[in-house]
Amino acid sequence: MNKIIKYVVLDILRNKILVSYTVLLFAITMTMLFLQDNQTKSLLSLLNIVLIVLPLVSIIFSTIYYYNSIEFIELLVCQPIRRSRILLSIYAGLALSLLIAFGIGVGLPLLIMDHSLTSVLLVLIGALLTIIFSALAILGSVFMRDKARGIGVAILAWFYFSLLYDGLVLFLLFQFSDYPLEKPSIVLGSLNPIDLGRIILLLRLDSSAMMGYTGAVFKSFFGSAGGILLGFGILTLWMVLPLWGAVRRFNHKDL
Amino acid sequence: MERLISLMLLLSLSNLGFGRVLKVSPSGPLTSVADAVRRAAAGDTVLVYPGVYYEKGLVIDKPIHLKGIGQPALDGEHRYEVVTIRSGGVTMEGFVVRHSGYSDWNDLAGIRLAAVRHVVIKNNQLDDTFFGLYCQNSDSCVLENNTLHSRSDSARLAGNGIHCWHCNGMQLLNNTITRHRDGIYFEFVTNSLIQGNRSFYNMRYGLHFMFSHNDVYDGNRFEHNEAGVSVMFSHGVNMKHNLFADNQGGGAYGILLKEITDSRIELSRFVHNTVAIYMEGTTRVQVSQNVFRDNGWALKVQASCSDDTITKNNFLGNTFDIATNGSLVLNNFDRNYWDKYDGYDLNRDGYGDVPYHPVSLYAMVAEKNPSVMMLFHSFIVSLLDRTEKVMPSITPADLVDHIPFMKPITL
Amino acid sequence: MIDLSHIAKRYGRLQVLDDVSLSLPMGKSIALIGPNGSGKTTLIKCLLGMVVPDKGSISFKGRNILGDWSYRADIGYMPQIGRYPDNMTIAQVFGMMKDIRCLPGKDLDEDLVNAFQLPLIYDKRMRTLSGGTRQKVSACLAFLFNPSVIVLDEPTAGLDPVAAGILTKKILEETNKGKLVLITSHILSELDDLVDEVVYLQDGRVRFHKSLPQLRVDTGEQKLVRAIARVMENATI
Repeated sequence: MNKIIKYVVLDILRNKILVSYTVLLFAITMTMLFLQDNQTKSLLSLLNIVLIVLPLVSIIFSTIYYYNSIEFIELLVCQPIRRSRILLSIYAGLALSLLIAFGIGVGLPLLIMDHSLTSVLLVLIGALLTIIFSALAILGSVFMRDKARGIGVAILAWFYFSLLYDGLVLFLLFQFSDYPLEKPSIVLGSLNPIDLGRIILLLRLDSSAMMGYTGAVFKSFFGSAGGILLGFGILTLWMVLPLWGAVRRFNHKDL
Repeated sequence: MERLISLMLLLSLSNLGFGRVLKVSPSGPLTSVADAVRRAAAGDTVLVYPGVYYEKGLVIDKPIHLKGIGQPALDGEHRYEVVTIRSGGVTMEGFVVRHSGYSDWNDLAGIRLAAVRHVVIKNNQLDDTFFGLYCQNSDSCVLENNTLHSRSDSARLAGNGIHCWHCNGMQLLNNTITRHRDGIYFEFVTNSLIQGNRSFYNMRYGLHFMFSHNDVYDGNRFEHNEAGVSVMFSHGVNMKHNLFADNQGGGAYGILLKEITDSRIELSRFVHNTVAIYMEGTTRVQVSQNVFRDNGWALKVQASCSDDTITKNNFLGNTFDIATNGSLVLNNFDRNYWDKYDGYDLNRDGYGDVPYHPVSLYAMVAEKNPSVMMLFHSFIVSLLDRTEKVMPSITPADLVDHIPFMKPITL
Repeated sequence: MIDLSHIAKRYGRLQVLDDVSLSLPMGKSIALIGPNGSGKTTLIKCLLGMVVPDKGSISFKGRNILGDWSYRADIGYMPQIGRYPDNMTIAQVFGMMKDIRCLPGKDLDEDLVNAFQLPLIYDKRMRTLSGGTRQKVSACLAFLFNPSVIVLDEPTAGLDPVAAGILTKKILEETNKGKLVLITSHILSELDDLVDEVVYLQDGRVRFHKSLPQLRVDTGEQKLVRAIARVMENATI
């Protein structure tokens, strides 16, 4: 298993797109850290990168990589290797490469320049979002035979998680504003990995504002050590469930 | 000032000329403070040596100087009001006052000043008292360097730390107050000075202040109070050099201003509060040269406020700079520094060339529907905010800083 | 020894394989032929576990292969179009496959590698290789691990005549060693000297499974091309 991971990682790390992604992330992070006088502000800008760019690149890159390595997968499938092992290895290689890119691009400079707990959380959430969105990419790709359609689904998924879902939540919150919405909004927040990551960080970055009203409920839920663990637990589920679905499908898939 | 001088004269005269000295200690000659007070004449000094004295409600009814040496303790056995001062001209210093009674119907205090003038209470420690220093109908008293600490928790009743009711010309200097209901409570108190006090971890307000006109707060620190500081129904209040920090919670404010007129908040710092200043029904209040840092909302200005001036403040790292609940704006927000301002300064005069609108769409939305805070910083919210900046539709167009500073103001 | 019994596979409305039963003995070289879309590749993929049949069972040396993966250690497969990770060199591809497959104690068969002179271009990246060179790599990989069953899908397509000759020779050698070689090819002329048996698939069904001499007798044609043409003519009648 690690052998396949090794080859996938070596393959991807030579990929120009991934290299330029790393360089871009690094440039953005350095710009943010050096040009912004206010530390909270630079973390906020980085948060936006992490919440928008990271999922987009992860899901699109992983999808394209999967389709581009269909032949490689076929080659592996007719070798004496368990199928689930093949898919998981490819996923692990992908996620690992994207993590390396994120680590060099954002993680290292951020943790060197600013070693607050908030930065650690930011890096952790970025890493988890990378992992989650490449898992979603694998799920979509395994189900979609056609490459164009697969990429379409990937973009749609990203669009849904980063924009559409929040729009729906906003709509719901206004429709039902006469009701107590604290607990439903915790649930709604947990059902979207991007929102969940954002809220965990929000509780630190805007801690003062989050102490009011709904924030207090969120704070008591996600702000405590147990809450953070639960949040990360849910994020882990967001990685495990798509993978599980993908493996199930892949085991019976005709190649 | 005249009063102060006359007070000083009186005190020095009594000490220098006419006073006898009575000594109280557990081994005698006098073993009871009450006994000593009974024997003393006006102007005498009672020295109390270390020990614990159970006086079952000590009443001081003549102008004497009561001095504790080596922190003697007056203990109220959880039943009595520890000390009641019924005479003017009393000075009490150097005591530990502890274990006052708790009562649902009677405001039992550590030290009560009942309708007196020129009383000085200094360097005392009040520990486990229901009310700490309770002043009623008093005038020109000095409460200085006292430490007040209530043992109450949510299960047990808490009274106020320094409680002043119908007083005038009071001076509260360098006291420390924790774990009371309100740290300092003022009702109908005029012409007073509150300076250098620390009020923190109180159950309700660090400072609670009503119908009290022409008072000055200077250099106080209000931190970690459940509801912050509340100043209501007063005029001529001058607050400067204060620190309001870490007052967080659904109903917590750095300062809550309600029906305040002709007052000033200057040179103060507001850090990490849920809401730094909440203004409702204020008129001609000047908020200037303050620093607002890392608050949830720096200012919540309700539409009922008018003719207020907010100027020369630094707004740094707040989630929302200003929120309001209406479209009517009768206040002036010119000449502040806003860290969220991204305009330019072509003529290099230090002021931005485009006006700054400190109210974001989302601040308005969150004001109406607080639960949408969960979407803060999300992509869709950033989009909405950007759109609103280009085409304002909900945010009040008049709430604007026409000449924002380009760089933080040095304060 | 491979036994397929009553294999059926349907892609949507298209019945690709319809009740295919075959018995493929060891030591034979068998040609799998038929028109485009007759189900040859699907049948091979079923055998390799790449496609899961809707019905029927496949047994490999007496063991059912459905849900199993270990039997593939005994199969070498050369796909129609071999594609490999673009950024890897030939040496790395070989290294990787050895890494993945090699069981200790098993000899590697590097005859083809040497015959194709691949070590000379070991440093080339897969991306830069021509289609023919890739086919060489695929062929080498199919034989490398000394499997007892070798499946070749259009082996000579894209190979130059010299390479095709080398491969043909290798196939014969392996058959003689008692291995089972399964070949699909469009170029029937090259199969004449190569195969012992012919399986003819049409519309997902096995039209016949005969030894080459038998086929010659039945059709009265010496050349496989002619024989098959004759069969197809008869089929249309």
